[in-house]
Amino acid sequence: MRALSEVPHRSVAGRRSSDIVIKVLAWIAASLGIALMGWVIVVCVQRGIAAWNWDFFTQLPTPVGEPGGGIANALVGTLIMTALATALGVPAGFFAGVYLAEFGKNSRFAHGMRMVTNVMMGIPSIIVGLFSYMLLVPTLGTFSGWAGALALAVIMLPVMARTTEDILNLVPNEMRESALAVGAPRWRATLGVVVKAARAGLLTGAILAVVRVSGETAPLLFTALNSAYWTIDPGQPYANLTVTIYQYANSPFPDWQEKAWGASLLIIVLVLGANITVRLIAQRGKQ
Amino acid sequence: MREPTTEVSTAEPQSQATVVPPRIEVDDVTQAGQERHSDLEVKMSVRNLDFWYGKSQALFDNSIDYYQNRVTAIIGPSGCGKSTHIRCLNRIYELYRDHKASGEIVLDGNNVLGSGVDVLDVRRRVGMIFQKPSPFPMTVFENIAYGLKLFYKLNRSELRDRVEDALRRAALWDEVKDKLNEPGTGLSGGQQQRLCIARTIATEPEVVLMDEPCSAIDPIATGKIEDLIEELKHQYTILIVTHNMQQAARVSEYTAFFFQGYIVEFGETTKLFSNPDQKQTEDYITGRFG
Ligand SMILES: Nc1ncnc2c1ncn2[C@@H]1O[C@H](COP(=O)(O)OP(=O)(O)O)[C@@H](O)[C@H]1O
Ligand SMILES: [Mg+2]
Repeated sequence: MRALSEVPHRSVAGRRSSDIVIKVLAWIAASLGIALMGWVIVVCVQRGIAAWNWDFFTQLPTPVGEPGGGIANALVGTLIMTALATALGVPAGFFAGVYLAEFGKNSRFAHGMRMVTNVMMGIPSIIVGLFSYMLLVPTLGTFSGWAGALALAVIMLPVMARTTEDILNLVPNEMRESALAVGAPRWRATLGVVVKAARAGLLTGAILAVVRVSGETAPLLFTALNSAYWTIDPGQPYANLTVTIYQYANSPFPDWQEKAWGASLLIIVLVLGANITVRLIAQRGKQ
Repeated sequence: MREPTTEVSTAEPQSQATVVPPRIEVDDVTQAGQERHSDLEVKMSVRNLDFWYGKSQALFDNSIDYYQNRVTAIIGPSGCGKSTHIRCLNRIYELYRDHKASGEIVLDGNNVLGSGVDVLDVRRRVGMIFQKPSPFPMTVFENIAYGLKLFYKLNRSELRDRVEDALRRAALWDEVKDKLNEPGTGLSGGQQQRLCIARTIATEPEVVLMDEPCSAIDPIATGKIEDLIEELKHQYTILIVTHNMQQAARVSEYTAFFFQGYIVEFGETTKLFSNPDQKQTEDYITGRFG
C-alpha cells in the first residue's frame, strides 16, 4: 500500500468550485420556490383584500346581479365540515399509526396496511370524492355535508397514520421499556407514556393533516356541493369556501370574481395561521 | 495481581473469538456459595437459561443464585450477555417478538418464565434501572406516582407521602422538593437517574436490576448512586451490571463474570477479584483482554 502522502491529491480548487455550484443551484431553486409562493400570496392579497369588508364575513351571498353580500355561510360550512372530517379522520389515522408503530411493526398485516396507506396517499382526491359520493349520496338522496366530511376524512386518514407512525418511531425504546418495567400493561405504556412523549409531534401532525384538506375542492364538488344558505345540519348540500371559489371564479360577474379572490385570501390566512400554530407547538415541545 | 482497570473494555476484541469458554457446573457454583453462606437466602435462582435473538443465541445455560439483601455485580466484556441476562429476570425482553428465553428463573419458588405467570406482577416485584436515564414525559411528581397508581388506589395525601418517601430514599428529595411540578426531563442526568431509582423503589419491589446505571452520568452523581445502592441493599436484592471493576468491588458482595454468553465464574467479590478460579476471569480483571 502506498503512503497517502505519495498518492496524487485531488484538487482542492475542484472540490471548492463544485461546492459553490451546488450551493448556487440550491439557492436558485429555493428562491424560485419562495418567489412563486410570494407571488401567489401577493396576488391574492392585492385582488382579495378589496373583497374583505364586514359584510363579506357576516352576510349570505346575494342573488346573481345584486351587489353586496358575503360568504359567511361558506366560511362557517368549511369550518364545521373540516371539524367533522377531523373528528373522523384524525383519530382513525392516529390509531392506525399507533398500531403500525407499536403493535403491528413487521407483521404481514402491518406491511399490507402500510402499503394501503401509501396507495391511499397517492390517490387523487377527486377519486376519494367519487368514493364518498357512491357511498353516501344515493343513500341519503342528496349531496350533503356528511359526504363532504367523509371524503375529507378519507384524505386525512393516511396522512395522519403515516405521521403518527413516523413520530412514534422516534420515541426511543427505553421509554417503552421503562414504562413496562414499572409494571404498566402494554396499552397504558403506549397511551400514557409513549404517545405522551410524542404529543407535540402528534399534534403537529394532526394540524398538518387538517391543513392538507383545507384547500380540497374536487372531492367536495359532488359530495357537499355548495349552498347559498346557512348550513348547520350536515344532512344537506353544504356551503364551503373552496367550491364557492370555484363557482365564483368561473362566473362572468366581476363582483363574484373579486369575492373568489377574497375567499382565496381567507384560506391562505387560515393555513398560515395553522402553520404558525404548528411552529409554536414545535418550539414549546423543544423546551 | 495488577490493579483492575477500567480500560479493559477498550481492548482489542479479537481475543474473544479465540477463547473457548469453559462450561461450569451449576452445583459447584451454588455449593461454593452455600457452604460459606448457608444462612443466606436465595431470592432469585436462574437455572439453565438460554436466550436467542432470533436465530442467534446470546446466553448459554446460565445458572446462578442471587442472594437476598445482597448486591451482586455482573461483569464481563461488552457483548458478553450481561444486559441480555438481566433483561430475562423481569421478562422485559418480551417487548420484542423474536427474543426468546428458555430455562427457569425462580423467584420465591415460582418460575418467572412460566406461562401462567402474571408478568405485570413480576415487574412490580423485580424493578429495573436502565443505562440511560429515561424519565417519563411528565412532572417529577407524576414520574414517581405513575407506578404507584398502576397498582394501588391511594388518596392524594397518601400518594404525596409515598412520592416524598421514594424521593427521600433515592436521596433526591432535597434537590427536587421545589420542582415537583416541573418536567422530569428538566433535571440533570444524575438527578434523572436517581428519579428513575425513586420511580422504581416507590412500588417497593423485592429485586432491583441495574444495567450500567452510572455509565451515562458524571463521577459525582455516580458516587451518590453508589451510596444509594449501599443504603438500598438492606431492603432489596440488587443486581448491578457494570463495566467498572472498581465499582463492582466497591458496591457488591458477590460478583458473576460473564463471557460470551456463559457464566464463567461466580463467587464472593473479594475472592473473585483477588484469587479467581478461572483463567479467563483473571485475564479479564487484570485487563489482559476486553
Ligand atoms: N436486540 C438485539 N438483537 C440481536 N442481537 C443482540 C441484541 N441485543 C444484543 N445482541 C447481541 O447479544 C449479545 C449480548 O449482548 P448484551 O447482552 O447487550 O451484552 P452486554 O450487555 O454484556 O454488553 C451481543 O453479541 C449482542 O450483539
Ligand atoms: Mg449491556
